[in-house]
Amino acid sequence: MIRTICALAGIAIGVTAVAAQGDAIAERKKLMKQNSQHTKAISAMAKGEAPFDAKAVTAAFTQWSATAAALPKLFPDNSKSGDTRALPKIWEDKKGFDGQIAAFAKAAAARPTDVEGLKKAFPAVSKACGDCHEGYRAAAKK
Amino acid sequence: MRRFLLAIVLLGLVGVAAYWFVTRPQVIAASELPAHKPDLENGKVMFFAGGCTSCHATPKAEDRTRLGGGMELKSPYGSFYPPNISPHPKDGIGNWTEADFVTAMVKGTSPDGRHYFPSFPYTSYQRMTLADLRDMFAFIKTLPPVEGRVRDHDVRFPFNIRFALGGWKFLHLDGARFTPDPNRPAEFNRGAYLVNGPGHCAECHSPRNLLGGIVESKRFAGGPNPEGEGTIPNITQHGLKDYSDKDILEILTTGMNPDGDNVGGSMAAVVRNTSQLPQSDRAAMAAYIKSLPPVQ
Repeated sequence: MIRTICALAGIAIGVTAVAAQGDAIAERKKLMKQNSQHTKAISAMAKGEAPFDAKAVTAAFTQWSATAAALPKLFPDNSKSGDTRALPKIWEDKKGFDGQIAAFAKAAAARPTDVEGLKKAFPAVSKACGDCHEGYRAAAKK
Repeated sequence: MRRFLLAIVLLGLVGVAAYWFVTRPQVIAASELPAHKPDLENGKVMFFAGGCTSCHATPKAEDRTRLGGGMELKSPYGSFYPPNISPHPKDGIGNWTEADFVTAMVKGTSPDGRHYFPSFPYTSYQRMTLADLRDMFAFIKTLPPVEGRVRDHDVRFPFNIRFALGGWKFLHLDGARFTPDPNRPAEFNRGAYLVNGPGHCAECHSPRNLLGGIVESKRFAGGPNPEGEGTIPNITQHGLKDYSDKDILEILTTGMNPDGDNVGGSMAAVVRNTSQLPQSDRAAMAAYIKSLPPVQ
């Protein structure tokens, strides 16, 4: 009886752990996907190729800020493998990785209200994306 | 029987001598260089088009014009450590002559007559004009001198035998300069020159054969990442058919691709350099890349 309970408890914990790991990977991928959708639209505005849309700009920067706030908890130790492009460097160089998140948060904190403000604020966001992806994300597998 | 063995040995010696003669390091002599007044503006463009900082900048230095070298470049053959190419007179290339520099870039030969490993992409740089190379050299000489020599490469046997590199170069260096296509507009030729010469894009974006040379029939068709995991993208129209000229230009300017994602990885270092080029040069490169027929 005791053994059955222990076995069931072990399985329950195991499944939860796997689900949690799966959740972290899925969640951060979802946030990154949302990031890029905003980036596409905002980049066009910053280049003057699309009309400035204040609501879209606020929504974008708000979502980027939310992502930056959520990221620190989305790389638990058990999410290193699986369907992820996260590089081991994230865990080996935690200080560096945290620095990248901080740079992203700082860039995303802007709330530009016109095209000129956007032209000043957006490059920092784009740079934060690129810098982190350079060292902490693996090349795509095709 | 003894005569037969002797004949074999003699044949072997003749073979080695012939190999040595055919593959001995080639140089460009100073006498071959016509009079030239260096253009530093052009030199700066060539410097960024050539992407020198991506391999030769002192790692972790904020100032990417400090070319002290030393960054570890992993490869299937071992690790390479790009040398100090700052204008330091003792530890860098400060007391090289123009002929030394041009010889290195176009012939892959060091000033003391040794073959360079082709991890230094002279197979692409050989397409550059002597004038552009001399301008680049003049520009490098204006950058800060950095002290310190870099450690030797850590390449596995038998790839570390420099004598064998002569054979590799014989097979893979055709010594040809870039020839513009008279049937194409100037922008196309400019793009073709920048991409195939200083840009050396094919060095990463092409598959390699067993000897480590580019499979020419599949140039630009991408391949396994030489530095580790993942794939380097196919940039012919097979890989980039959904990308417009403008999309490619955007990548070279900011690193952003049409999905709103950032290219990241090793390409980020490339964009750090291409972003410093005149917009017209980036547009020319984009137009040329967009014109590459699809190759799988």
